[in-house]
Amino acid sequence: MKKIVLAVIMLCGVSAAYAQKYMTRTGKITFYSATPLENIEAINNEVACVMNGENGEFIFQVPVKSFKFERSLMEEHFNENYMESTKYPKADYKGKITDLSKVNFSKDGVYNVNTKGKMKMHGVSKDVELPGSITVKGDKITVYCLFKIVPQDYGIEIPGVVRDKIAKEIEVTVNSILEKK
Amino acid sequence: MRFSFAILSVGLSLILCNQVVAQDNKSKADTEQNDDTDDLMAMLEDSEPEKKHYTTATFKTTRMVTGHSIENTGKGVLDFRVNHRFGALNNGTSTFFGLDDANTRIGFDYGVTDWLMLGFGRNSFMKEYDGFVKAKIMRQTEEKGNPIGLSYVGGMSVQSLPAPTNLPAGQEYHFSNRLYYLNQLLIARKFNQWLSLQLMPTHIHYNLVPTTPESNDLVAIGVGGRVKVSNRVTINGEYYYRVPGTEQIGYHNVLSLGVDIETGGHVFQLMLSNSRAMTERALIGQTPGKWGFSSTDAIHLGFNISRVFTIVKPKEFKN
Repeated sequence: MKKIVLAVIMLCGVSAAYAQKYMTRTGKITFYSATPLENIEAINNEVACVMNGENGEFIFQVPVKSFKFERSLMEEHFNENYMESTKYPKADYKGKITDLSKVNFSKDGVYNVNTKGKMKMHGVSKDVELPGSITVKGDKITVYCLFKIVPQDYGIEIPGVVRDKIAKEIEVTVNSILEKK
Repeated sequence: MRFSFAILSVGLSLILCNQVVAQDNKSKADTEQNDDTDDLMAMLEDSEPEKKHYTTATFKTTRMVTGHSIENTGKGVLDFRVNHRFGALNNGTSTFFGLDDANTRIGFDYGVTDWLMLGFGRNSFMKEYDGFVKAKIMRQTEEKGNPIGLSYVGGMSVQSLPAPTNLPAGQEYHFSNRLYYLNQLLIARKFNQWLSLQLMPTHIHYNLVPTTPESNDLVAIGVGGRVKVSNRVTINGEYYYRVPGTEQIGYHNVLSLGVDIETGGHVFQLMLSNSRAMTERALIGQTPGKWGFSSTDAIHLGFNISRVFTIVKPKEFKN
């Protein structure tokens, strides 16, 4: 076991020596549900994200329980009834930037990119393709992405009594600053 | 020339090394069916902070049925509660199974912090005003650490009926005669998603009891729990056992069974109980009827409605 751990550490060390990696544990994701009856917004400031600047691979990892709501009861219901976050504590998006050649990590600027990968939440995985942008500024990059989620796609049922208060499509915004590691 | 050779060899060895790493990742990925992101995953796992997570939603709301559950209202949240307890079901059609006749309590609870809440209410029964504080002392954690949660409830109530006029000569009716005090511990554990249990050691002090031999201090042990039958519905029960020697004469232990139904911003609780009181001193210590359908017994239908309002927004939403 010790040897394996050592080997893993060494491998990490070797890869860190040449790979350009960016990471954060305080990334931000917000989501917004707008209906004529009620608007619901939630903020998560504990998103973990790591990206490999060499090959464009990335992982976003979202601790579901860290979403903050304006109403604490909504937060409880979100965790208990919809996301079942004790059973499925994390949501993630693992994927790759498909047009990484567009991005010059050594030159400040805004680069629009496309991503492709698997999004997993509430125990359900789905293949997705999402456009986004990377803003390079010195050793930091800001990842921005706006997309929509249909809760039913991930097996999240919305009961009849609240159906008019929860949007069919939930708008998700990713806005995270990653630092070079 | 030699210099560039050195660079080349370093470069080559790096590329080789890179391939070894890549291959290694590949074989690992194949076995774990991952998509080449193992090294990234490892970075995430290594940097993961150790964070304690408190168990949430042990019960759906701050009351088990009529008595307290270990839940508090959230910080900055005002909970407006309307409770009704109807007359006895066995009165039959003459009172429409007790529905003609209701005890009510209208109250407000407020979460000062995550661990402290205050509540105030007014009961139609004996025109009683009650107030309480509920404080979390220890919280159950999802990780190993605290297997149980512990809270304290301290309460006081005052009945405001007109003073009795038939007092013996020389006796006065003091304001303090109207007062009752409550001390209660709530010990709860959420065993899993569908089962939570709670123990409620309780002390109630009556400034005035009906006869001299009766104790002014009641000690009772309550047990309660909930079974979650769906995401939005739970079945709850609570029973208070009065310790012999401390109880007042002519009263019975109280058993209440209820259903919690949650609909968005509301929690609706529907219950059956042999008590129709909503302050602990009357609920736990002075329940006149036994469960049953004979003429001296009583089963009462009742409900609680809770509606929450956010008064102080969480810091994330302040701007």
